[in-house]
Amino acid sequence: MSTMKDFKAEKPTWCPGCGDFGVLNAMQRAAVALGLEPEDVVVVSGIGCSGKMSQHFGGYGLHSLHGRSLPTAQAVKLANRNLTVFAAGGDGDGYGIGMGHFIHAIRRNIDITYIVMDNHIYGLTTGQASPTSDVGSQTKTSPRGTVERPIEPLQLALSERCGFVAQAFSGDTKHMAQVIERAVRHRGFSLVNVFSPCVTFNKVNSYEFYKEKLVNLDADPAYDCHDRLAAMRRVAEADNLVVGVVYEDTEQPAYDDAVYGYPEEPLAHLEPRLSDAMYEEILATFR
Amino acid sequence: MHDVGWKVGGKQGEGIDSTGEIYAIALHRMGYYVFTYRHFMSLIKGGHTNYKIRVADEVVRHHGDLVHVLIAFDQTTIDENWRQLAPGAVVIYDGATFQAHLPDGLQAHLCDVPLTGIAKEAGGAIMKNMVSIGVTAAVHGIDPTAFLPVIQDKFGKKGEAVVQANLEAVRQGYAYYRSHYDVSIPMPPLPQQRSSDHLFISGNQATGFGALDGGCRMLAAYPITPATEIMYWLIEHLPKQGGVVLQAEDEIAAVNMAIGANYAGVPAMTSTSGPGFSLMMEALGLAGMSETPLVIVDVQRSGPSTGLPTKTEQSDLNEALYGTHGEIPRVVLTPRTVEECYRFTADAFALAERYQVPVIVLSDLYMGMSAQSIDRLPREEVTRDRGRRMSDEDLQALAPGAYVRYDDSSPTGISPRSIPGQRNGRYVALGNEHNGIGLEVEEQYIRVAQANKRRRKLAHFAHQSGVSVDGVKDAPFALIGFGSTHGVLEEARAALARQGLTIKHIHLSRVAPFPAEDMMAALAGVERALVVELNQTGQLADLIRKEVGFHDVLSNCLKYDGDPIELREILARAEQVFPTGVLQ
Repeated sequence: MSTMKDFKAEKPTWCPGCGDFGVLNAMQRAAVALGLEPEDVVVVSGIGCSGKMSQHFGGYGLHSLHGRSLPTAQAVKLANRNLTVFAAGGDGDGYGIGMGHFIHAIRRNIDITYIVMDNHIYGLTTGQASPTSDVGSQTKTSPRGTVERPIEPLQLALSERCGFVAQAFSGDTKHMAQVIERAVRHRGFSLVNVFSPCVTFNKVNSYEFYKEKLVNLDADPAYDCHDRLAAMRRVAEADNLVVGVVYEDTEQPAYDDAVYGYPEEPLAHLEPRLSDAMYEEILATFR
Repeated sequence: MHDVGWKVGGKQGEGIDSTGEIYAIALHRMGYYVFTYRHFMSLIKGGHTNYKIRVADEVVRHHGDLVHVLIAFDQTTIDENWRQLAPGAVVIYDGATFQAHLPDGLQAHLCDVPLTGIAKEAGGAIMKNMVSIGVTAAVHGIDPTAFLPVIQDKFGKKGEAVVQANLEAVRQGYAYYRSHYDVSIPMPPLPQQRSSDHLFISGNQATGFGALDGGCRMLAAYPITPATEIMYWLIEHLPKQGGVVLQAEDEIAAVNMAIGANYAGVPAMTSTSGPGFSLMMEALGLAGMSETPLVIVDVQRSGPSTGLPTKTEQSDLNEALYGTHGEIPRVVLTPRTVEECYRFTADAFALAERYQVPVIVLSDLYMGMSAQSIDRLPREEVTRDRGRRMSDEDLQALAPGAYVRYDDSSPTGISPRSIPGQRNGRYVALGNEHNGIGLEVEEQYIRVAQANKRRRKLAHFAHQSGVSVDGVKDAPFALIGFGSTHGVLEEARAALARQGLTIKHIHLSRVAPFPAEDMMAALAGVERALVVELNQTGQLADLIRKEVGFHDVLSNCLKYDGDPIELREILARAEQVFPTGVLQ
């Protein structure tokens, strides 16, 4: 059995106090709880502070391009269905430059877990407005306050009937680990949006801010996470400030269960050879 | 060689393509060699479209300049194509539809045939195409029953009545022409020898087949003319081999998917054309930097931007050579024939894994969409290699965590890969500059060592692509081209040689790594060379100048109006460039 130590790599380079430490810790805890071996986990990250996750998590890693963790991660999973595949990025990476892929990953429903470290700011480029910055946020690129409305990731995912929608907070890694564990167990695409405070460039959306405001849906026995419309209403009423599993639909088939001809055995383990008989059969179609 | 040209033209949506295809396959199965070219527009209904077939008694690699029989469904077809009519050509039209007229003084026979009327009698106006095939058969003296097997293939699913009606349409067209006109144009003699394979295949089909046979098990692509046919072909065949075709949301996703699959150990590619290729530039750099195998097929079309989406060009050469920021090693193959579309695409997977670099296969619309008769595919020549990989035993023999994916001490620059899932093989593949285990670093000495490692990988590159020389080896005059123009340049060389010019034809089937030594040898002693390419700025000529010099020797023959180059255009330019007096 693997332990936390097995999922540790180099010492992270994030700022002290960065919310991403909590995300890393929760992912490691979830991996241990799921009984995974480090070599069976691939973390595909985008670019930004969040993008360092592939180097800091002790599995295989693919540090891809800005905004492109999702297409890359989906193909890794299709190439080897035995792997547990995480896509990891930030709000700029996932909801800005990479937004198109997000919607399509939801509809494609390949069995990966997408973790977004949402800090409402561009951190690695030292503090510009992001797609989730609240209206009025003063940043280096919005010195007089942003005027664009923020993306609402949970509502977006819910409206696209994403099969697993959850939110977590870096200030409660134990709970986040439970959420991630459930996300990985879900067959199909899962979203975990994480409020992961940037202690250097965002003084508004701080640990204290979230601690005061967040409501834990997992702790609410009356909340039914299988009712999509109720989920949308609840998230709207709470102004997105919820944590826990917001919605799960276990009925949707994952892509690899539905697509024609996809083999049981991992593609990566098959010898990619065309038999002479099959070659001749195809050749005959050109005569 | 004996050949004739046939063309059918009309509005898009009139069944022009299927008429051409039925006729081409019928001739192919009779044993002829055919070369087809589809002229079409970026719209679905209306506009002008035509389908050209050149029929010959030996392999032809070009659609030919001349048309001997033109089936015109409208006057536009005549207006757009009369310049190609051979002296004494037959032009078939339906006087009930429009009154055809030819330019004054043109030597051609206008033959009014009630194509639609005959079709209605045979069972439906839609069969006017089949009537026109019957008329063609009469012009050429082909027995109309020769079309039965193809008609059965095409319409068999719709029932025997439909098959018989179509055959009747052919017969009636044949009979009508026979009883009303006596102009005939003989077919070439049937080929003396014919290989057992005798395949009818397009560059795009051959590319798909090559990918499948070369080990590709995932295609991620976004629909784009003229590359989508590769996707169609693989959607049909990949799942039967346990493979997957992913229709990506855009070309950026497509190329990153191909990278992800290759990283995880599955040979994967993406196929596209210019606009999509442009979107892939950043990811091309990721493949180069992370040393992840990648195959990209670019079926070029007329650019820039959206350009002429349904027309051909060879103007992505520079992008294939230099595209992406920073510097990466890459292989760029430029297949000359459909056989090489098959073989080079298959080889691309071996080369990508052997050298751990992106491999770009540059095809174009002309080669991709032109179905043609060939003798066989060179399967035995395909390179098969999964590259240097760490076995499970190799990794177990190392101390825990001791595997160095990007080992810069490797003399060849190539360091064996591990695949996710393999024990003790962990690393991070990344686009940042990195150390041996894939952690981003900024130390200058590591940067330089890793950059040099990547560059070393192609220092001893070997592949049977490169430079071909046809004709008189030490000739003072040369024609030069790359990719799909090989066929027409061979015809130009033969024509110029017949006129008394001592000439050779130098052709590049690979532009990166540039085969400089062979190119130097090929150009040694050449006094004047004509570089023929389908772009505006002479990208190939520039490349040759940069790589091997010969600045004062090279002249340009450029075409960029969207149409494939004709033999007579090359010969006209040759007359200007090569010394007067030598040519008769």
